[in-house]
Amino acid sequence: MDSRLLGLILVFAPLSLFSFGGGQAIMADMKVQVVDVQGWMTAQQFADVFALSRAAPGPSTLIAALIGWQVAGFFGALVGTLAIYVPSSIVMYAAVRWWHAQADSPWRAVLQRGLAPVAMGLVFAGALSVLEAAQVSALQLVTTFAALGFLLFTKVGPYPLMIVAALASISLLYV
Amino acid sequence: MTSESSAEKPNVPLSTLMGVFFRVGMASFGGSTAAFLYREVVQVRRWMSEEEFLAALTLSQVMPGANPVNMSLYVGAQLRGGIGAFAAALGLVGPPFVVILILGGLYARYGGVAAVQAALAGVVAVGVAMVLQLGTQLARGIRRLVPALIAMAIFVAVGVLKWPMIPVVLVLAPLSIGFELWMDAKARHG
Repeated sequence: MDSRLLGLILVFAPLSLFSFGGGQAIMADMKVQVVDVQGWMTAQQFADVFALSRAAPGPSTLIAALIGWQVAGFFGALVGTLAIYVPSSIVMYAAVRWWHAQADSPWRAVLQRGLAPVAMGLVFAGALSVLEAAQVSALQLVTTFAALGFLLFTKVGPYPLMIVAALASISLLYV
Repeated sequence: MTSESSAEKPNVPLSTLMGVFFRVGMASFGGSTAAFLYREVVQVRRWMSEEEFLAALTLSQVMPGANPVNMSLYVGAQLRGGIGAFAAALGLVGPPFVVILILGGLYARYGGVAAVQAALAGVVAVGVAMVLQLGTQLARGIRRLVPALIAMAIFVAVGVLKWPMIPVVLVLAPLSIGFELWMDAKARHG
């Protein structure tokens, strides 16, 4: 196997297994590995692909695809992506199978009720961190609360809102 | 006790499952996957109850792996087993994988493409609105004091104080579960 592809696996697969809490948990280590240890990118390049992966749709761990591309082209992107998702997915899948196997046990219902407020707190914490991150502009804040108003008080779904918001922000460029 | 859990699964075609995750993956800007998933899986299609969704969300956050991918594995496995988990994860990650490579290429060639950046800023703002909507929706469901306090403590510790999430959850989740056990025992013995 191409040693660059092997390098991607050796860097990303362990990060995958240690990404308790999600992608953000490993970003600092990923930067150290990619920039300082392997020298695949400069710090500025890493900052650029990080911003891109946060702005693009899908999980922000898709940064692995951009790093992989930089290292070894399309197959680098593919291998990098698989290396960041497959190991953790195997662990999660095993946990899910076990959890589903307990479907009828009474303690699962109790456990489920107990976990609900935990998830709720984490949802709010996540919303706050997105609002704080990446220089949310005044315009974005206005858009956010206008969209929230539509979502809460009308039957308008998110997809039309996204199209309108995208077109509105583009047209503002040309005003 | 209703049999809403995995004993009775709606027989969802793999193409439907994949299609839902395709849409969610492409729509979820700004960390809003959970909110889009809630809409599709709980509100529109009723594949799971709100309580089950929240438990799945906690499991997805605590286990290693990207939370959206973990959620896709949970929902996919619940509806269609191993192949369902695979289809859901592929539907979620595949299309954004292509998109991010295209964006990466554009970025490498032209630098910051102003129109693309502006469009993204707009959709990210809607993504944040989706998360806030999920939050208000969930907050309405809390009717007891202790779960409300636990949710608030988690928000303050992780969101405001930026304490590491895993230890916070490892302390507060058992408290929350203990409370539910106690309530359960009380209900049973009067």
